[in-house]
Amino acid sequence: MIFMQKRALSFYVLAIFFGLFVLFLYGPMIAIFMLSLQGPEGQLTFPLRGFSFYWLGQVFQEQRVGSFVDAFGRSFLLGIAVLLLSVVVSVMAGLAFRSRFKGASLLFYLTISSLIVPSVLISLGIGIAFQVMGIQTDWFSSGLGAHLTWTVPFAFLIMLGVFNRFNPSYEEAARDLGASDGKTFQEVVLPLIAPSLIGIGLLAFTLSYDEFTRTSLVSGQDNTLPLEIFGMTTNVTSPALYALGTLTTLFSFSMIAIAFTTFSVFSRRQQ
Amino acid sequence: MYKSWKILEPYLLITPQTLVFLLFLVFPIAMIVMVSFWQFNGYAMVPALTLDNYIGIFTSQVTLATYLNTFKYVALVWFFCLMIAFPVAYFLAFYIQSQIWQIILFLICTVPFWTSNIIRMISWIPVLGKEGLLNQLLMGLHLTNAPVEWFLYSDFAVVLGMVHLFNFFMIAPIFNSLMRIDRNLITAAQDMGASGLQVLKEVILPLSAPGIAIGSIFVVTLVMGEFVTVRLMGGGQSASVGKLIQTQINSLQYPLAAANAVILLIVTLTLVMGILRVVDIRKEL
Repeated sequence: MIFMQKRALSFYVLAIFFGLFVLFLYGPMIAIFMLSLQGPEGQLTFPLRGFSFYWLGQVFQEQRVGSFVDAFGRSFLLGIAVLLLSVVVSVMAGLAFRSRFKGASLLFYLTISSLIVPSVLISLGIGIAFQVMGIQTDWFSSGLGAHLTWTVPFAFLIMLGVFNRFNPSYEEAARDLGASDGKTFQEVVLPLIAPSLIGIGLLAFTLSYDEFTRTSLVSGQDNTLPLEIFGMTTNVTSPALYALGTLTTLFSFSMIAIAFTTFSVFSRRQQ
Repeated sequence: MYKSWKILEPYLLITPQTLVFLLFLVFPIAMIVMVSFWQFNGYAMVPALTLDNYIGIFTSQVTLATYLNTFKYVALVWFFCLMIAFPVAYFLAFYIQSQIWQIILFLICTVPFWTSNIIRMISWIPVLGKEGLLNQLLMGLHLTNAPVEWFLYSDFAVVLGMVHLFNFFMIAPIFNSLMRIDRNLITAAQDMGASGLQVLKEVILPLSAPGIAIGSIFVVTLVMGEFVTVRLMGGGQSASVGKLIQTQINSLQYPLAAANAVILLIVTLTLVMGILRVVDIRKEL
């Protein structure tokens, strides 16, 4: 509105800049999508040599480096665990932060600092802690903890925003009608925040599913998928590498799509 | 009875989250600090109370060079992220009128953030490599005769990769603070005769400072500890503190890696404090 009169110049300059930025963001990704659909004689660079699903199929074959199906299974389970824990932990903390209590800002800053501590420190720290205590590191113990340091802060910050906009009069009404605290949460609060919980959960899942640095030293004997892919970068020099990238990216995309659709369906139903 | 429950309730509710961070953030970092005073006997770490690790780090030429190189990455990545993020966020916030389009375009900027960092790095190989698209283009246009080697596995590639990975952390907070600016302020400034550039400089920029600060904190801390991009995009030559720590871990020199991590943490927190000194971000939280 305000800038309408200048649309002729600045709008188009910025629009072109934005377009170039999107190209920068997605261009390389599209390049590996195309390269992963080459024929069996395909190489790591353009031009495209043939067209087939050969390399996508290769991903499911047993590789010299290891099996991606197993690594995917581990990452998937870990992601689900991280999803559930992040949602439960952040909802509980979010509920607490609606009232004033001593130590609130301490926990707040502790949570924020988990986001801004360099990831390599988390990995090294948990690795050392387990070693000093003489416990074996594993993707489902130390790995899970490392992931929570990354997903819980995001979940918590979103939860704060959700409860900020939450209208407490619904709860008061329920309480006036004689509902207990537990009942009020179950019947009133939970259905109202459900769409956000789906969003938070899938967000935590994708963050966990793609996490590398924090897991790198603490996954124990068995690799998660990103660690497996990282190992592959030094060993594999065929488009199978790109095919794997294409498949996991498509998987992430579909998770985002599911999150977004469920979110909008749920929030529409509420209105 | 009910009243004492009400006082206890928030503490019970925050227990899980507090435990997560005590167990997996505070305790591990305390362990890093402890182990940084331990010794390394050639194949394992031994409890001790020695400053040898720190003395070794501070007297080594490599450390200084590595830190300088890391600061170079931080400065360049921060600068380019800001130069990209501000116009993008500004365009979305002020030039896109329809709210639906605003959400769609913002999501377009966000989606890659939810995909694998490693895959995003690998994706640059067919673009920047020796036989990559960029070199094919340059040779096709006869701008060069031989392929340009420094597109990949160089400091250039490292900075490009990190800008590619981390720009989201700058765009989101800046967009957020731009959206919060009261549009009446801009109209008022224009009514008083301010030009578009003056509005930008006197009204929008100061009001978006907290967003820029939050984005800067993210970018600075992410780059400080980064080692994956440095390894994948930098080939063998590029050095960073994160990669140094990683190398020491691989050779099982945990006490030395821990001492380096402690210094890294102090340096990073100092940088964050510096940013917070310049800009007050509290109203954004």
